[in-house]
Parts: sequence; structure tokens; C-alpha cells
Amino acid sequence: MMRRFTLIAVPYLWLLALFLVPFVIVLKISLSDVELARPPYAPHFDWATGIWAFLSELDFENFTWLAEDDLYWKAYLSSLKIAVVSTFFTLLVGYPMAYAMARAPQEWRATLMMLVILPFWTSFLIRVYAWMGILSNEGFLNQFLMWTGVISEPLTILNTNAAVYIGIVYTYLPFMILPIYAALERLDESLIEAAEDLGCSRLSAFWLVTIPLSKTGIIAGCFLVFIPVLGEFVIPSLLGGSDTLMIGKVLWEEFFSNRDWPVASAVAVVLLLLLIIPIVLFQRNQQKQQEAEQ
Amino acid sequence: MKRMSWFNTVSLTLGFAFLYVPMLILVIYSFNASKLVTVWAGFSTKWYGELLQNEAFLNAAWVTIKVAVISSTIATVLGTMAAYVLVRGGRFMGRTLFSGMIYAPLVMPEVITGLSLLLLFIGLGLDRGVMTIVLAHTTFSMCYVSVVVSSRLVTFDRSLEEAALDLGCSPSEAFRLVTLPIIAPAVISGWLLAFTLSLDDLVIASFTSGPAATTLPIKIYSAVRLGVSPEINALSTLMIAVVTIGVITASLVNKRQMVRQKRDERAAERSA
Amino acid sequence: MLRPALCLFAPKPLIARGPSLAPVRTCGGRSLTIPVFEPWNDPEAKPLIQFQNVTKRFGDFTAIDDLTIGIYEKEFFALLGPSGCGKTTMMRMLAGFETPTEGSIYLAGQDMAPVPPNKRATNMMFQSYALFPHLSIWENIAFGLKREKMPKHDINDRVEEMLRLTRLEKFANRKPHQISGGQRQRVALARSLAKHPKLLLLDEPLGALDKKLRQDTQFELMDIQEKTGTTFVIVTHDQEEAMTVASRVAVMDHGKIIQVATPDRIYETPNSVYVADFIGEVNIIDGTATPNGPDSYSVAWKDGQAPLNVQSPADFSEGQTCHLAIRPEKVTINAEKPEGVDNLVQGKILDIAYLGNISTYHVELPSGAVIKAQSANTRRISRRAFTWEDTVWLSWTATAGVLLAE
Repeated sequence: MMRRFTLIAVPYLWLLALFLVPFVIVLKISLSDVELARPPYAPHFDWATGIWAFLSELDFENFTWLAEDDLYWKAYLSSLKIAVVSTFFTLLVGYPMAYAMARAPQEWRATLMMLVILPFWTSFLIRVYAWMGILSNEGFLNQFLMWTGVISEPLTILNTNAAVYIGIVYTYLPFMILPIYAALERLDESLIEAAEDLGCSRLSAFWLVTIPLSKTGIIAGCFLVFIPVLGEFVIPSLLGGSDTLMIGKVLWEEFFSNRDWPVASAVAVVLLLLLIIPIVLFQRNQQKQQEAEQ
Repeated sequence: MKRMSWFNTVSLTLGFAFLYVPMLILVIYSFNASKLVTVWAGFSTKWYGELLQNEAFLNAAWVTIKVAVISSTIATVLGTMAAYVLVRGGRFMGRTLFSGMIYAPLVMPEVITGLSLLLLFIGLGLDRGVMTIVLAHTTFSMCYVSVVVSSRLVTFDRSLEEAALDLGCSPSEAFRLVTLPIIAPAVISGWLLAFTLSLDDLVIASFTSGPAATTLPIKIYSAVRLGVSPEINALSTLMIAVVTIGVITASLVNKRQMVRQKRDERAAERSA
Repeated sequence: MLRPALCLFAPKPLIARGPSLAPVRTCGGRSLTIPVFEPWNDPEAKPLIQFQNVTKRFGDFTAIDDLTIGIYEKEFFALLGPSGCGKTTMMRMLAGFETPTEGSIYLAGQDMAPVPPNKRATNMMFQSYALFPHLSIWENIAFGLKREKMPKHDINDRVEEMLRLTRLEKFANRKPHQISGGQRQRVALARSLAKHPKLLLLDEPLGALDKKLRQDTQFELMDIQEKTGTTFVIVTHDQEEAMTVASRVAVMDHGKIIQVATPDRIYETPNSVYVADFIGEVNIIDGTATPNGPDSYSVAWKDGQAPLNVQSPADFSEGQTCHLAIRPEKVTINAEKPEGVDNLVQGKILDIAYLGNISTYHVELPSGAVIKAQSANTRRISRRAFTWEDTVWLSWTATAGVLLAE
């Protein structure tokens, strides 16, 4: 009994102390006012004045500020747009790859799978960095295009949204491929044959059988890309330009450059609220899939 | 064995080219003699030499490895405990909250995790350094470990544990002598995952590290913001090489084991 | 299928159950005095295991319903029933993996409720065998002994003994995945016997083996049980297996034991239609009883049929509804009308199930009822006197069937 209690209590307390409590602090600071002090916000909780005096000093000022200053809601909208568009492109690149992997000869599949996972183990930062050398004005891509004669002037790609899209598709591609591949690999090939036998063309069999049966994989893959991209910081900061607005970057700058902790906390709280819907939808999709497997 | 259609072949070729060509270019240009990263000026390994002289990088690398080893080890212990509780713990007070806290960090934007932990550390008056990074990394990577281990535990044949109890093991002996050796591969891959996540992390480390402790990703990030540099290329190449060798070795060992197991099973059935 | 038939096919002479002074039972009826092993008929005998009003509920579901039964030392006791009847729950309660909701279980007079599984003198052979995949066969068998802190050379001796008993000497150093299914089954048995438990629990021990191997292994199990003198409790849904191995069979349904008896009594004198139907093939004829002598009844059944003469030790009052259970092999089929039989009906052959050694005939009576009759194919099939659509006579003696109330 004692042992079971320890087993539960240790990880539980760890997560409470280092995951839940920090959130409460973020929430509290987002309701505080900025101050030129250390730490740079007020009020501080004080047992002497009591909890009500403390609570009464909290307000939603920072959130009103977020709503009034169009920088913030533009950043949220722009993050949403970038996340949606790049998820779509990742799906566009990832689906044919997952499909081809699932249709590849059995003995190749483990190797192909490893090739997809390998980049995931290599540093994220390095993979983003690799594109800086390729996309810059005198970079590899421009050199190649000028050499082939497609363009005569170098294209400006680095420090634009286009570079951000490329970076996201590149780094998040494995997250899209793996769930779709898992769904497609389970798919019984005789279903396609049955559809063709019943009069479907190749294409309509794909559309009417393969796509619906890989739906849970597609949904899972899209959420696995969409959710982290929404709060992405490294890609917009290295590949994006000064006009690339993403909320992760705004939060970072608010915190490190402006040292406005209450506003940074408020930005975090809103981002979290924004994420709740896709996370719940994702969870539901996973549950449905688990039930279908049982 | 049927052949692949041209469409599938093309999409695989283009897809893998997209995944690997950027890294390949990175590796090739790390051997470039020129300081200008984009102009090829002959083969040279001088950037590797300079890298090894660069005290700051070496220190950062040391800090990073220290943090990764400590945090992934604690995370593996905590994550395995959490997985066991989730899969086998039955019902207890606040179970929903517990499983929520296990899964939430997986989808949490790093900026939020980093920010919230920093605010906690400041609130507690902790000096930021190796210890705070370790705490932060342990917290998010234990969740990954617990997901990996619990997916193994779900498929674990429970009667093996019951057999151990039946043969006289106490519950903790049953775990140590039967459960742990069997789920060991999952625990090890959980550790490896936690280790790479820690090596890789820039955002959370930036929030939770102090001037005393800089990790390699932080160092790379601040160097890279100024543009491409051959030294970083060399460093990246080394890191890619280590990971590639590791992953390929692991998968070869794994494959060999599977082949051997299949062969043994077939031989056993034949001899019966 | 039946115990008497067994000794005809048994690979080695079977040893009578019970005390070691028992003489070898031989085939051919040169009957020797066999000391009868039936402690359940001895009012002096104390059961090794006693279930006392045990009930087990999982939420709203009642798995075991107020069950009381005693199992005696050296018994080979079979729990037989369809899946979900509670037989596995009973076994898991004996092993200590489940605790009764109500009532108590005694092992050798001791209440087992506070004893955890690892402190019980019982061992279990799991349906999946549950062999530890990371340990060799030798280490699997020694696993329980090491937990007892047995001296090293004693462990060696015991493991060797178990390997010999289960003919696994050659495989001691292999891992479980390196041996066949039948060998794995024997490892599981050796491992669970190694600690010399007072009671061995076997959960569908032969379920994963194919039919031929299963039959051989049944005899091996009996052999080992007799050699070691351990009390065995086996859970199975296979009635043939239960009848072959067990000294007593408990037929279970919905958490209750319907009947406990020796295999032959279960087969010959089932106490209910459920048991009669669960074990083997049976014809059930519904009717009303009229007593006409001691244990003798005249049973009126379908309209327009002569009443049946039945002699069965049962207690029915005038006009009480009853069910006559009669096994197909006890119904004789004839092309010609036989003389001097107790019961006789005429019908038309509807179907023939040809099984090689025997055939089962489905005979439709004019009233529409179908009665199954079995006969041995002593002649070549081409010389058979009747076939489909032929009119035949079915007959059976007054003592052939059992009269059941429900």
C-alpha cells in the first residue's frame, strides 16, 4: 500500500510542482501590472495583507491591452494562417510519401521508415539552419537556378514567409508521414481490388476507399503539425523576416527584449486558449481510432 | 514481389531528396576551405580544427551533455513510474488530472513551458544554471518517456506478472525480475528519446538557463542568427554523424535480433 | 471419450488413482480389487479446499454466486463450462488474484483471504503459459525455487527432476521462443510443479495445442498427476478433456455449479437438461410422467405416439412435466420391426452424419420430432440396410434414458 502510494505520489508531485504550479503563476502574472522592479511585476502575494487584498489588485488590463493593440491579434491571426497553410502543404508532400511507403515491397519498409525517422533524431535547430545556407540570396538554391538559367536575378526567399513555410514543411514532415503511413499500412489491399472489381477506376477507388480509410491518420498527422507550429519560435526567428508575425516570436521578444512579463504571460494564456480546441479535437480523433482498433 | 508504380517511385525519390539534400549540402560545405559558406574553394578540414579549439563551444557541449544525461536518467525513472501508474495503477484520486499532466506537455508550445518554468524558478528564488535546466528538461521529457513505456506496458501480457507472484515474488520483485527486463527495450528507447530531446532543446533551455550555464543549442542559435558560418556547419556535421551512426546501429541490431528470433521459432516448430 | 474406453487406447497402462498400493488396472475385464478413490463419499474425509458460500461480483456482474464445494487431496478436479460461467474466476480466487466478495475459501483448513498470491502453497499453470521470455527454460523452472531461497544444489536437483518428468532435458538452455508450443506447455507445467505445491491450478492448459497433441498431453498430465500425487484443479471448456483427465467434474453455468460427479455419472445420470445437453449428444423428449411402479414411469409425449416406458431413479408425481434424456448411442436403429423391446417408434431417415467408425442418423417421426440414433459401422457402407428417406424402427430399453425435472 505504502509502495503504491510512493509510486503514484512521486511523479504526481513532480508534475504538480513543475507543470501545474508554473501555469498558475503565469495566469497570476498575466493579471498583474508591470513594474520597474525585480521581479518586474506587481502585486506580490503577501500573507500579511491577506488573499482578498491580493486578489483585488489583479485585473484583466493586460488582456484588454492585447485586444486593443493590433500587433497581438495580427500575430495570432498570422500564426493561425501560417499554421493552416503549412499544415496543408505538409499533407500535400507527406501523403504521397506515406502512400508510396505503404505500397513499397515489404522488405524495404523498415528501411524507409528509418529514413523518415532519422531526421527526427537530428537536431531541429540544425535542420532549420541547413535551409539558411540554401535559401539566402547567394545560397545554393539561387546559384542552382541561375546556373540552369531559370532566373537571372537572385530571388529573395530567406527572411520571408515563403522560407518559413519551407522550413515548417521540412521539419514537421515526419510527424505527418508516420500516422498516415500507419493507417495506410493496415489497409487491406484486397479492399482496393474489391472496389476495382465492383467497377471503380483506379482513381475513384483511391478517392472512395483509400482516402476515407486513412482519414484518422490524416487527421492525426495534421494536428501533430498544426499544434506545435502555432507556437513555433525557432523557424520564424531564423528563416522569417521582420514582418513575419508569429505568436511564439512575439512572446519571446516581449519577454526578453521588452521585459514586459505580465504581457508575455497574457500572450501565453491566450495562445493556450487558442490551442485548447485543436488539442481536444486531436484527443477525440485518437480515442476514436483506439476504439476502432479494439 | 510486384514493382512500384512510377508515381510512387517519383514521390519517394523527391520526398527523400527534400529530406536529405539540405543536410547533405550542410555536410559538404563543412569541408569547404573558404570562409564564405556558399563558394566552394576546395576540400579542407580546418573548420573542424577550429571548432575543437573553440573553448566556448566545448564548454557549452559539456554542459549540454551533462544536462542531457542527468535529466534523461531522472526522466526515465519518473516516466516509467508514471507509465506504470497510468497502465496498472487502477483508480486513485486525481487520476484524470495526472494523465492530463502527462499528455499536456507533449502538445504544449515550448515558449509557454519555458516561460512558466522560468517564472516558477524566479518565484522560488532559484539561481538559474545547470540545475534549473535539468529540472525543466526532466519535466517535459518524462512525459515522452511515459508515453513510450506505457504503449509497451499496454501490450504486456499481465499473466507474466501474475506468474511471478504465483511463484513467490513480492510485487516489487515481480517488477524487478520480470516486468522491467521485458520492457527494458522500451525504457531504453524512452531514455534515448529524452536524451535527444534534451540535447536538441533551444527554447526551454533559453528560458531556464542563466549566464553561468549555456547549452550548445543556445550557443548555436546566437551564432546562427548572425548568418551561416562554416564552423557551425562542421559542428552540425559532427552531430548528424553521431545521430546517424546511432540510429543505424540501433536499427541493425534490432533487425538482427528479429531475424534470429524468427529463425529460432521456425526451427523450434520444425523440431517439434 | 469415456473412461472405460480409455484403457483401450492408453499408451501405457493406467495406474489407479489413490494410494500407491493400488494394483494396475488392466484391460479386458479381468477385474482386480481396486481400492476406490472417492473421498467425497467418505464422511470422515476433510476436503483440502473448501469454498464456503463464496460470491464474487465485478460491479453489477455476479461471476460466482453463493458457491459451496469441497475438493479433496489428490483429486484431479475439473471445472467445466462455457466461457463466462465463472470457472476462471474460481481458479483465480484460489491462486489469490481475486478476493471473494462474500464467503471464504479454506486451504487445508486455513482461511486464505489474508494470504497474498506469493505466500500461497498453490501454483498456477497459465493459459498463455506466461513463460518469462528473457529467461532460459532452466531459469524459468528454477524461478520459484530461487524465491524460496532454496540451497543451490537442491535447486539443481529439483530442476533436473522436473526436466526429466516433463522430458525436457535437452532444452534446458533454450529460451521459450526457441521451443515448440507443446514443449512450452510442458515447461509451464514443470515450472508450476517445481515448488511441490499442495494444489496445482491449470487454466485451459491444453487450449493452445492442436487436437492430436492435446490428446497425448492429456494422458501425460494424468500420468504426472499420479506420479506426484498433487491435487490438480483444471479449468476447461472442452468436455472431452474434462472427462478424460478428471476424477470429478463440476459443470458450471452462470456462476453456479450445476452438478459435481465422476465423469461417468455426469454422462450417464446428468441431473438436469443443461448438463445432459452440455456433455455429448443427447435426445431430449418432453412429456408428462405417470408413475406405474417403483422408479418406473409411463411418459406421455407427442400426440398420437404410444407412451414411453422409463425406469429412472427419480421422483415424479402424476401428470408432472418431465424431460427424457437419452443418448443417441443407446437408441437402436433397425430396418425391420424388432420384437420385445420396451420402446419402439417408427420414422424416416432425414440425415446421416457419417463419421467413419460410427454414423448418426437423424430420424423424423410422423409427429415431426427428430430423434438421433447412433450405430457403429460394422459393415461396409455399401452393404448398409438403410439410407436416406428409408423408413426405420428406433428402439431403446426402459433403463436407457434418464428422466429429468428441468
